[in-house]
Amino acid sequence: MKFENLKMKSTQTTANDQVIMTKIEPVIEIINLKKSFGLQEVLTNVSLNLINGENLVVLGKSGSGKSVLIKCIVGLLNPEEGTIHVLGENLSTLSSDGLGELRKKIGFLFQSGALYDSMTVKQNLEFPLRRIKKNLSEKEIEDKVNEVLENVGLTHALNKMPSQLSGGMRKRISLARTIIVDPMIMLYDEPTTGLDPVTSDEISSLINDVQKKYKTSSLIITHDIKCAHSTADRIIMLQEGEIYKEGKVADFDNSSDPFIKSFFN
Amino acid sequence: MEKFNPVIKVKGFATKQSVRLSEKTIAKTEKASNFLTDIADVFLFIASIIRETFSRDFEFKEFFRQCFQIGYKSLPLISITGTIMGLVLTIQSRPVLVDFGAVTLLPGMVAISLIREMGPVITALICAGKIGSGMGAELGSMKVTEQIDAMEVSSTNPIRFLVVTRVLAATLMIPLLVLYADALGIFGSWAGANIKGDVSFVLFFSQAFSHVKFMDLLPAVIKSFFFGAVIGLVGCYKGYNAGRGTESVGVAANSAVVLGSLLVIIVDVIAVQITDMLRS
Repeated sequence: MKFENLKMKSTQTTANDQVIMTKIEPVIEIINLKKSFGLQEVLTNVSLNLINGENLVVLGKSGSGKSVLIKCIVGLLNPEEGTIHVLGENLSTLSSDGLGELRKKIGFLFQSGALYDSMTVKQNLEFPLRRIKKNLSEKEIEDKVNEVLENVGLTHALNKMPSQLSGGMRKRISLARTIIVDPMIMLYDEPTTGLDPVTSDEISSLINDVQKKYKTSSLIITHDIKCAHSTADRIIMLQEGEIYKEGKVADFDNSSDPFIKSFFN
Repeated sequence: MEKFNPVIKVKGFATKQSVRLSEKTIAKTEKASNFLTDIADVFLFIASIIRETFSRDFEFKEFFRQCFQIGYKSLPLISITGTIMGLVLTIQSRPVLVDFGAVTLLPGMVAISLIREMGPVITALICAGKIGSGMGAELGSMKVTEQIDAMEVSSTNPIRFLVVTRVLAATLMIPLLVLYADALGIFGSWAGANIKGDVSFVLFFSQAFSHVKFMDLLPAVIKSFFFGAVIGLVGCYKGYNAGRGTESVGVAANSAVVLGSLLVIIVDVIAVQITDMLRS
């Protein structure tokens, strides 16, 4: 069922039902996902839902298939088996134009930041905006750039090149570039990797701020427990390409499972 | 029971051999299959470039930026190379022409050599080194640092933005650089002729161009477009399809130069054959 249809259905119900509908509405629905590279199976029968408005953290050791999972969601990798529905659209049946349209509603924060080296911060921020929101005037583009830079606290970096920025600043600018197009879903690939504890905390609180301000649904891939604690509404733990446990943060904190304990202690 | 033992050993030996043989066969089949896949990839890459070239949202700004990078920023290198090319050619050939009493043919000979062959080929080889490696390394590092993925995710076609603009800019700029190198080569030749002689600039140029025909210039310019296209295509293909590690950036840049230079020479041989057929 298309996302728009789901929304239409919700408007026909009562106000209370509507709240429940929007809360349980999955914006991402993954069923029995399988992905392998050569003979190595990276994801095995992974099924998960991202509910509208929630922060879902996917935890796991390095090499457990977290990044592959998130890249399958945006169509950068094609799974061998299984289905992925994003905002009601089945990824496997979408044309390249359809996929392009869907991607306009998804923000993706890359592990490395992936800022364009040959462009200034301003040009980096304008790049997706000019292509996704083509009707904006120069004034509106400038205002939007200043707004997102203010949100990440880096207004002074407007004319800097990515090479002049620290790791934390690059992550913030990358986050600004992602939110500048007002995405409905945010996908974070290891947002705190390689950062010091203070900057990691800042990025974690930025993730929460973005969720509150832009009303996004977020899928956060990480192995940083502190980040998971401060951002997660729900956690899914992956091990060797399979879902090991799913639950609230407290379920993981109180778990006696040795593998989970090794992560959370 | 003992009678059967040797039979079992022979069977075991044969099995090991057949396993080795089948492993070799699988490896060879994989190699052949990879080679065919690579060829298919190249054709798909070219097809996507052609499709995106005629798409509605052509990236004019990036195209002009690439023209500036490829054309204007190559001028110092091409200036030095072009001038030295004419100078050396003159210094080397002058004594032979003096021996034959044909020194007056020097300007025409140098001009025809430069315009027909040396200018286009040497400029293209220099550009394969400078521009091809630059494209391979830049796109390769963009791939490694996920910048190409970021572009794709933000609903921008990376082929349209990165590849089409570079290939078209190289196709248009290299013929201009070739003409520029030809002009400077003739200037270098005049400078070379004046080391041991005294020829006026106007006389040298008028003698040089009196021997050059339109059919000397036209095939050279046409083949220069192909040189540009080949250099751009190879540089972009190698960079765009680089592996994920940092090592692959170096590999992409290196193979862009090697394959680009090789293809320039192959295109030149074909162009010379076609021109020769048309002349005769």
